[in-house]
Amino acid sequence: MFSSPEPAGFLPLDQLHALVARLMQLGYQCLGPAVENDAIVMRELDAPDGLPRGLQAEQAPGRYRLTTDPQHRYFAWANGPQAIKPQAFAPQESLWRVERDAAGMLQFEAVVPNAPAQAIIGVRACDLAALALQDAHFLREGRRDPHYAKRREQLFLVAVQCAEPGATCFCASTGDGPTPTAGYDLALAELPDGFVAVSGSAKGAAVLSALNLSAANAQQVDAVRQQGQAAAAAQTRSLPGRTLRDALMSRLEHPRWDEVASRCLACGNCTAVCPTCFCHAEIDGPALDGEASRHERIWDSCFGESHGHLHGFNVRPDIRSRYRQWLTHKLATWHDQFGRSGCVGCGRCIAWCPVGIDLTEEVAALTGSGVSHE
Amino acid sequence: MSQGIDAGPPHAATVVARTQESPTIFTLQLRLDDAATQAAYRFAPGQFNMLYLYGVGEVPISIMSDPEERDVIGHTIRAQGRVTQGLAALQPGDQVGLRGPFGRGWPLQEVSGCDVVLVTGGLGCAPVVSVIRYVLRRRERFGKLVIIQGVKHAEDLIWREQYDRWATLPDTQVLVAASEGAAFWPWHVGRVTELFGLANFDPDCAVAMMCGPEGMMHAAADSLLARGLPESRLYLSMERNMQCAVGRCGHCQIGGAFVCRDGPVFNWGEVKALLAHRGF
Repeated sequence: MFSSPEPAGFLPLDQLHALVARLMQLGYQCLGPAVENDAIVMRELDAPDGLPRGLQAEQAPGRYRLTTDPQHRYFAWANGPQAIKPQAFAPQESLWRVERDAAGMLQFEAVVPNAPAQAIIGVRACDLAALALQDAHFLREGRRDPHYAKRREQLFLVAVQCAEPGATCFCASTGDGPTPTAGYDLALAELPDGFVAVSGSAKGAAVLSALNLSAANAQQVDAVRQQGQAAAAAQTRSLPGRTLRDALMSRLEHPRWDEVASRCLACGNCTAVCPTCFCHAEIDGPALDGEASRHERIWDSCFGESHGHLHGFNVRPDIRSRYRQWLTHKLATWHDQFGRSGCVGCGRCIAWCPVGIDLTEEVAALTGSGVSHE
Repeated sequence: MSQGIDAGPPHAATVVARTQESPTIFTLQLRLDDAATQAAYRFAPGQFNMLYLYGVGEVPISIMSDPEERDVIGHTIRAQGRVTQGLAALQPGDQVGLRGPFGRGWPLQEVSGCDVVLVTGGLGCAPVVSVIRYVLRRRERFGKLVIIQGVKHAEDLIWREQYDRWATLPDTQVLVAASEGAAFWPWHVGRVTELFGLANFDPDCAVAMMCGPEGMMHAAADSLLARGLPESRLYLSMERNMQCAVGRCGHCQIGGAFVCRDGPVFNWGEVKALLAHRGF
């Protein structure tokens, strides 16, 4: 089902709390969906039965509204504004600190993050694909980022199959969803009476075997497959291909860049919600008494004026060049860096854009492949 | 550290000498406080360090001392922003943080036996000056040395006595142009690209290295390629916003390349396509 060699187990609906309880027993801080500021976010569960039911959100360009799932399911929501990126790549953290010792000499020291063991329940296939790309960047051979690594190795990922994609979703066209295929410890697919469950790691297998599940029957496994196919078929947006590198890099002076720049506010929302964006600024935070300073990194955006700042000139002084930088990095030059596109089809940049700029529509306009939805 | 894989924290270093080169340009000779780290420090001309000013932040600064000078690490800096203006105020005995070296330097091995053409624009381009000094100290390994320097105003030329001295050396040609001249300016007044026709080098055995404003490098590349220099032997040093120096923070990307890691020295062919478009 999830391309796992392991036989699938079946977790009855009223036993979901047993999985959470097991993870809590193992010492994991368990994160699950919660509503905050009218959006679905991942927050710590206070009890094993604390997972909410019936949450759903309607998404469209520039629009995200909470709704209720008439079927009262646990995971019928498509995604919230954040994937699991903040759990591994912290929005702001100290890299090192420096202080003056008694003799006034500078003493530098590394800051090691205090990362709790976290289990995240409800991770989507697009988020797993994005995390794999973040891993490729931050855990690059020979240049492993110790801060990212420390948080990342503490994660236990419980993925769920998306049964109800949002109108902004297009993971089927990027090949990253809606059914998780790799990168999880456990994966669940929600059916009316319970969850088909498989493990994807030794950690996951140990948790699953402790639950003593009965095997999922052929009918259940087939229902999951059909549910995945239906969720893929229900997606109304798509990209015109998985390798758009040459199509975009040969259109760097296309008039559409000016057109989109006239709508784009350069607010950076798309980069803040993008699960693969990795840009960050490094800043210093000196103590008020002047005796120490912290060197921190903080998420940054290529839409900000400071991103391309150099003394004397700005590499990207206008919104046209910033939007072009973002889109061509994400969909074109990402191939040079990581061997694939940097877009996993989560659609967050579309829903959370205050003016509703739709990446799939921009790509269609740029490449002349026609608007790919509706 | 000698591997240049040094994301931090920086190493404490002390200013051992400071020279004012022009009203806004100064040179700091730094020595790492830990003697073993200083002894193990190696770099290639064209690479850079991140210099940290206590409580303010870091800046990428190319290394202009000679790689065989093991005692100090030299940096020529223009006081321009928050960090560099603070660095300008440092005096011998003051401390900074240093991590590096980073990036890919000039292809000095490939140059052996051939003519070296150095093109710089703007205010005294340290990455290229480090090559001039490198070549002059190992003169027998190289053919003719051609130094082409363009500045906006005559008074922007730093190390002017050195240009005068270099011009007197055998097999060394110095071509300097200022868009705006001044009294007693002995060099050309006009665009630096007007001087390329005078450059004396053998296109079949020459390597050119450029540093400076991208518009100038574009014009210089056109002139050098027109003289018959193969593109594969034309190099440039790129400048971009660099904050992490290890290919992580994303600011310095040009296309798929991270300038801090894959550059700052590139072959012309690697970046020419994107340099033609403003905004990369």
